[in-house]
Parts: sequence; C-alpha cells; structure tokens
Amino acid sequence: MATHKHPLELQEELNKIAQELRIEALAMIHRRGQGHPGGALSAAEIVAALYFHQMRIRPKEPNWENRDRFILSKGHASAILYPALAKRGYFPEADIKDWGQIASHLQGHPDKNKTPGVDMSAGCLGHGISIGAGLGLAARISGLDFKTYVMVGDGECQAGVIWEGVMLAAKYKICNLITILDYNKVQLDGTVEEVMPMEPMKAKWASFNWNVIEIDGHDMKQVLASLDEACSCKEGPSVIIAHTVKGKGVSYMEGKAEWHYRVPTTDELKLAVEELDVNV
Amino acid sequence: MSTFKTEPTRKIFGEALAEYGAIDKRVVALTADVSSSVVTTIFAAKFPERFFNVGIAEQGMIDTAVGLALGGMTPFAATFAAMLLRTIEQIRTCVAYAQTNVKIVGAYAGLSDFKDGPTHNSISDVAMMRSLPNMTVIVPADSTEVRKMVPLIAQHGGIVYFRMSRNDMPSIFDNSHSVKIGKGITVLDGSDITIIANGHMLSRSIQAAEKLKTKGISVRIINMHTVKPLDTALIKKCAKETGAIVTAEEHSVLGGLGSAVAEVLSREYPVPVEMVGIADTFARTGPNHESLLDKYGMSVADITRAAQKVLKRKSD
Repeated sequence: MATHKHPLELQEELNKIAQELRIEALAMIHRRGQGHPGGALSAAEIVAALYFHQMRIRPKEPNWENRDRFILSKGHASAILYPALAKRGYFPEADIKDWGQIASHLQGHPDKNKTPGVDMSAGCLGHGISIGAGLGLAARISGLDFKTYVMVGDGECQAGVIWEGVMLAAKYKICNLITILDYNKVQLDGTVEEVMPMEPMKAKWASFNWNVIEIDGHDMKQVLASLDEACSCKEGPSVIIAHTVKGKGVSYMEGKAEWHYRVPTTDELKLAVEELDVNV
Repeated sequence: MSTFKTEPTRKIFGEALAEYGAIDKRVVALTADVSSSVVTTIFAAKFPERFFNVGIAEQGMIDTAVGLALGGMTPFAATFAAMLLRTIEQIRTCVAYAQTNVKIVGAYAGLSDFKDGPTHNSISDVAMMRSLPNMTVIVPADSTEVRKMVPLIAQHGGIVYFRMSRNDMPSIFDNSHSVKIGKGITVLDGSDITIIANGHMLSRSIQAAEKLKTKGISVRIINMHTVKPLDTALIKKCAKETGAIVTAEEHSVLGGLGSAVAEVLSREYPVPVEMVGIADTFARTGPNHESLLDKYGMSVADITRAAQKVLKRKSD
C-alpha cells in the first residue's frame, strides 16, 4: 500500500483528532445519560480520516451535489459522528451539549433532515450498502464523480439485506462505493462469535466479488492507505475490513459488550479522559 | 347494468413509465425479478442504463431506490404489493422518515393475483402505507387513470405508494379524464347516499348505482383514487348533502379507504357508514379475479346491500 501521500505529521494530526472525538463522544454520552460508547470509540480513527482528510466536502454547502457522501449505517455510533461534523463546521460545536433534547437537531441516531452534514438517516441496521449502491448508480447516471463511503458494523452484517446490497454493488460494478466494516467483534448481547459467528468474514466479501482490504482500523497509516487503495479500484466495490476494538482507548471498556450501551459515571468519565488525554 | 370494456392495465403502466422516462431523464426503474409481470420491460428496453433488476431482493430494491433518490434521481421501485410487505421497515425508515423521493409501485394488489392465492394477495398494504407519515397513497380506478397518474407521481415532490392491479381493469374513463393527486372525483351525482370507492371497486360501484336507481335510490359516486392525503372537504360535503356513506375497496375493511373515511366523519361530520371490502380474513386461490371479489364480500350485490343498510340507518 502506498504511504508516501501520508506523512507522519498528517497521521499524528488525525490520531489527535480521533482522540479528541473519543473524549467528546464520552462526554456527550455522560451528559445525556444515554448512548453507545463502545461502537463509537472503535470507529474514531476511520471517522477522523474520512472527515479531516479523505472526503471531498464543503461544510458550508452541505447539500453540494458533487460532495462525497458518508453513510453511518451503524447509526448508533452517532456520538463519534456528531463531534466530527461540529468540528468540521457543519453546525456550532455548542449544539453538541443539547444532544437528545427535544429542541435539538441532534437525534439519538443520525437524521439527514435535521442535522446539517448527515447524508442519510440511520438507526435500523442493514440499510447502508444498498443505499450507498443507489448513490453510486445515481453518480454514474449523472456523470458526477463523488464517492460514497458507508460504515457498517459487524453485527449489522448479520442482517440479510446487507448481502442484498453486496450482491447488487458487485453486479453493477459500483467502484465509487467504499464500505468500511468496523469489525470490533462485539455486539449488544455479547461477542459476535457468541451471538452469530461471521467468520470467515474476508472470504464472505471476497466470494461476492468485492475488492477486500484488511487493516488494523486503529493504525492511521493503514486506514489512510486502505482508503486510497479502495478509491483507486476500477473493477467494482471495495470493502475495508477494519479490525478494531470495541471501546478502544479506554481500558475498562475495551472488548466489553456491556459498553455497547452504557453510560460512564462521573468517575468513569474522568478516568477515560485521563487515559485518552495521555495519547492526545 | 353497464358492462365495461377492459384494457391491459399493466402494459399501459409500462408504456406510461417509458413514455415519461423519455421526457425526464432522472426517472429510473427498479424491479425485483418481476419486470415482465409489472411491465417495466418497456422502460428497460428503452433506457437500460436507468433500469436495475435487483433479483429477488425487495428490501435491497427499496434501499437502492433510496440511494438513487438521494443522488437526485426519481426512482420507481416496482414489485408485487404482497412482497413489498417485507420492506415495510425500509419504507418506514429510509423512505418515509428520511423523506427520500421514492415512488413505490405495489403491483398485483388486492385479490388480483387470483391464481397464486393468499400469499400473493395484498389486502393490508393500504393500511400499512397510509399509517406512515409523509406517504401519499394512490389507488387508480382504471387504466386511463393509471396512465394519467404516472407523470403526476413522477412530478410529485415526495413519496408515493401506487397500488396496481394485476388484471385488465374495466375502462371507466376516456382520454379527457383529468386527475389531481389528493382530489376526489364525483363520477355520478346523487342525493340519497354517497359511495366512495377506488380501484376495481369503482366500476362495481357504478353498476351498483344503476341497480339502486331502479329501486328509486339516488346514488352519488366518488372516485377516491388518493387515500392519502384524503380529500376530507369532499367527504364532508357528501356527508352533509347525502347523509349516508358507503365505502368500497379491494382491501381489508381494517385500515384502508373505509377506515380513512370513517376517521374523518367520526371527527367532523358523523353520518352512518357501511364499508365494503374483504372482512378480516385471508382469501383463497380462485379461477379468476372477479369470482374472488364476489366471494369475499365485494360483489355488486354486496355494495347494493350496504347501500340499503346505510339508508335504513340514516332514516332510523
């Protein structure tokens, strides 16, 4: 994988942003008393790389026709998306504190009609790949060159409709569709292995004729290189299988199903911020 | 009693879609392995780059249509209404809630797929679709109305559920027929009762009105092709002027046109209402569509009986 485009300074900057997003995500969840920390933290490097480097976007023109799209198909990770959108200037960072209040534009799960910068509403799992494929086809018909990035979860891949989209994207060779699988190995009820085993994950996607790239989803160098590789593929859709850790960066959350949906106490938040700050 | 010529409704839909697709390049068509049945084959032949056959993957079809709509297209996603029931979550979340401009065509609706039986009947689709916020629900009464509706649906700035029959529908209207989404049409004027009907039941209601006329009963008939948004002003006017209402639809009596009309009247102008439709039951396979309609409570005689019953209630 080519790395010359991604100097160390860029990687360090994006890693710093990822840590800041993590801290903000946990603070949001704590403040609101609701939310999904585990799957938000596992996605931090990828979201940072997309919004602060990879995607061609105009935050002041959120509906620009030829913008790259991002669909957070695993919509429960909204706590990592909202700080990224705020930090990129789609809406004031102060809005974050009202998350989940009735007057707030920030819903429990992302809502494209309420929050600037959200390209598609999500929450019920399984939709993102077919929707991303449709966007890819629309770009082809319109002669536009935007790309659609879709982030799916591993548990989400248990939904049959995911594979309907996977088949379709391969049939129509939708190269402008890039799927990132946040493979953190844990879902609500336990590990993916316990609830519904998904291995061999790589072989599943490859057998559907997708271009498969496997990376450590917390290694920024690999994240950036894999996105470039996926974008350069001309044969069909690409999936980046990003091996991640649920609750990454907070020792007591890492790999624990209970942190799929649990709110840190004040003391727990303090400890988490201390751990994350060290790495900033 | 009037007899009606029939026209090939599905083919007319397919031609209308292809014709409009030539005018508006943003129109795309999706289907789930039933393109020859819903006759999107005509569109596919003319515009292969704008036609997508997703295979037997209805949920994926709706979500793909959502993505196409997000990208500025006007997708028509067509399959059997019965099979669309498995996509109700896609339709709720990604179409209705997200407000994506998807046109959903529910073909072979009601009992019209008589030969394939209850698995292929769709008697709950109107109830389910109209309960979704942001949804427009249209049930055309004949092939001319189908043809006239297609461009209006494409131009309509929002989600539409377009309910189609499998069978050649009796022809009621000629080419001068004018339709507007959300506006009921007075097909026949009368003063004793109003029959509010749509789809296949409109032609049967016209036949019932002729029978009732011989008994001295003056019937008004409304073609309520749009179940949502409902023409509440017209319903209220009919209730005031005729004092009794019969609804007639090829759908369960739970949750469809009859329920929608009753919701309005109970709130705004209560008058006696009788509902003609399929009772809370599944139908059976039959030799043809017409005999199933007759067996399951939607015969001309069922309409006349309902009319006489509602008249009696009105005078009681």
